[in-house]
Amino acid sequence: MSTIEQEQMAGASKRRRWTRAILPTYSWLVIAYLVFPIIVMIVYSFNKVVGGMQLVSFTWNGFTTQWYREWSNVPGLTQAFWLSIRLAIVATIISTVLGTLLAIALVRYRPPQFRGKMLFEQTIFLNIAAPEIVMGASLLGLFVTLNIARGFLTLVLAHVMFSVTYVVVTVRARLAGFDRSLEEAAYDLGARPLVTFGRVTLPLIMPGVLAGALMAFALSIDDFITSNFLSGAAAPFPVWVYGATRVGIPPQVFVFGTAIFAVGIAFAIMSIVMSRRHAE
Amino acid sequence: MANRSEKGAGRSRVATLESADVEFVHVTKAFSDVKAVDDLNLRINDGEFFSLLGPSGCGKTTSLRMLGGFEEPTMGTILLGGQDVTNLPPYRRDVNTVFQSYALFPHLNVFENVAFGLRRSKVEKSEIRRRVGEMLELVDLPHLEKRQSAQLSGGQQQRVALARALVNQPKILLLDEPMSALDAKLRRQMQIELKRIQGQVGITFLYVTHDQEEAMTMSNRIAVMWRGRIEGMGTPKEVYDSPATEFVASFLGASNLLAGSIDSSDASRTVVAIAGGARMVVPSERVPDLGGAREVKVGVRPEKIEIAAGAVEVPANHNSLTGRVRVSSFTGVGNQYIVETTVGVDVTVYAQNIGQQSAPRSGEEVTLTWPVEHTFVVKPMPQAVVLEETEGE
Repeated sequence: MSTIEQEQMAGASKRRRWTRAILPTYSWLVIAYLVFPIIVMIVYSFNKVVGGMQLVSFTWNGFTTQWYREWSNVPGLTQAFWLSIRLAIVATIISTVLGTLLAIALVRYRPPQFRGKMLFEQTIFLNIAAPEIVMGASLLGLFVTLNIARGFLTLVLAHVMFSVTYVVVTVRARLAGFDRSLEEAAYDLGARPLVTFGRVTLPLIMPGVLAGALMAFALSIDDFITSNFLSGAAAPFPVWVYGATRVGIPPQVFVFGTAIFAVGIAFAIMSIVMSRRHAE
Repeated sequence: MANRSEKGAGRSRVATLESADVEFVHVTKAFSDVKAVDDLNLRINDGEFFSLLGPSGCGKTTSLRMLGGFEEPTMGTILLGGQDVTNLPPYRRDVNTVFQSYALFPHLNVFENVAFGLRRSKVEKSEIRRRVGEMLELVDLPHLEKRQSAQLSGGQQQRVALARALVNQPKILLLDEPMSALDAKLRRQMQIELKRIQGQVGITFLYVTHDQEEAMTMSNRIAVMWRGRIEGMGTPKEVYDSPATEFVASFLGASNLLAGSIDSSDASRTVVAIAGGARMVVPSERVPDLGGAREVKVGVRPEKIEIAAGAVEVPANHNSLTGRVRVSSFTGVGNQYIVETTVGVDVTVYAQNIGQQSAPRSGEEVTLTWPVEHTFVVKPMPQAVVLEETEGE
């Protein structure tokens, strides 16, 4: 590089020095905005409570791990939490199985074997695009009219409904690049269709299936709108917390919140590590 | 090949191998309106290395896929060792395939890939160990058992694909253009390897390729396919030296073809009058069934022609043409000439570099001579077909 060029570069950087900081600073501000509530939650899950009612307040009273030790001391909250977990597990299993099969149908078949495939694709899109309130309200109406008691079953039905399409989309993306000759090779080597599915197809689309399952689980565990409509007596975690705000939030809510966040982060890190290792 | 049951001794299928051959009986496969395979009749003998050769879209791969069970014939019957397998799914046929893309299972290592078929047929664990080991030895990859297939080179992947198919000791092994992804040098090496392996295992090979050299190097017999039909079949030498149709003559190697009509014919000799005025003598057994038509094309391979400067005396039992050299090019192993003949057709001549004193130069008058027995006659293809095919490419 010539001296003149170097001088020009130096001049340019001097002139623009402060403007270069704008976008990075802005990005950090956005990050702070995103993380702030979570940090508050984590920090205040270690806050002492003074006074009679064990409720969250934002005066710092000193560090304690009391709420972690007494995590299950609020019976309603603990119940709601386990209900959410059970609900998420059941809804995830059902929607992953259904969604994977739907994705296979969509990728493998077209008219005339699969009549109305276009309509089906539109429905999937609509299901993702439609506001949740629509599904919640219409399901509530349906269950009330049919006189079906609201509870675990209605929650499962609703959660499967909104997560199944996400599974379809993720699994389908994985299937799109699937080399069909691998299945032919399996048949050729004496594997019947079901064995081929279990030994070749499923292992190969597993990353997509797992991603879909994770998404279904995440959608289910933090769902409020639909669940609020359909929970009845059995309130899942988000619905219970929302209800509790009328009286005040027990600090255990922060403990559960922190725990859920930690699990989420752990999954995210695991997936990054796994995909890195895969890339190598 | 005769002693292959001896070599296969100790293997479970030796007894059935004796009757194992393949027969396509009036097999047709239509995709909507297009007949990919049109009334195919073919018999592949036990232990043979048989090649289906033809340009892309000629129906060779469809034929192979029908035998593998991946396509169902629209009409006709496929017999495998005398048994009708026309409607059997692939997993119930005693046939294994080496796919063009190799189709190795990416989630399994080399050992598990090769063991896949044996595990499906519930072979004992120790037996699987032994046979997979043997097979990897045979394809010269015994040290790669634990490798993932993605970590293998193209040539290694092909060997694994071969081992994975052969370890099941099928009645017939199908190979679908297995060398198309390899570079030229590796391809040559694999051709020799494949021939060696086939000799060692004694299994019938059905090899599909568009590469004529590949087919001729390895095969016991070749069928040249075009537009869903077999245009010519026989040993590489038969198919090359006496092509049955104009298509075979031009697809397999290079041919000089001169249009003409049959002038006279007896039991041993047929005389053809060439459009430009010359007369060619052809052995009568080289003349295909023309169905009464007289229009033919007379052919001769470029390397069968002897080229000499000036006017020379034509030896007995030879055909000849005279002309002027238009292009003369030295290719190292030989000289290639394009000669503008007096009958109005350009003839290609290929002369080996065996140290001739003077090679004719371009512009020089030459005489071309070749023995009668190296002259053949083919039925001309309709002009419309020729055009259609060139456009299709």
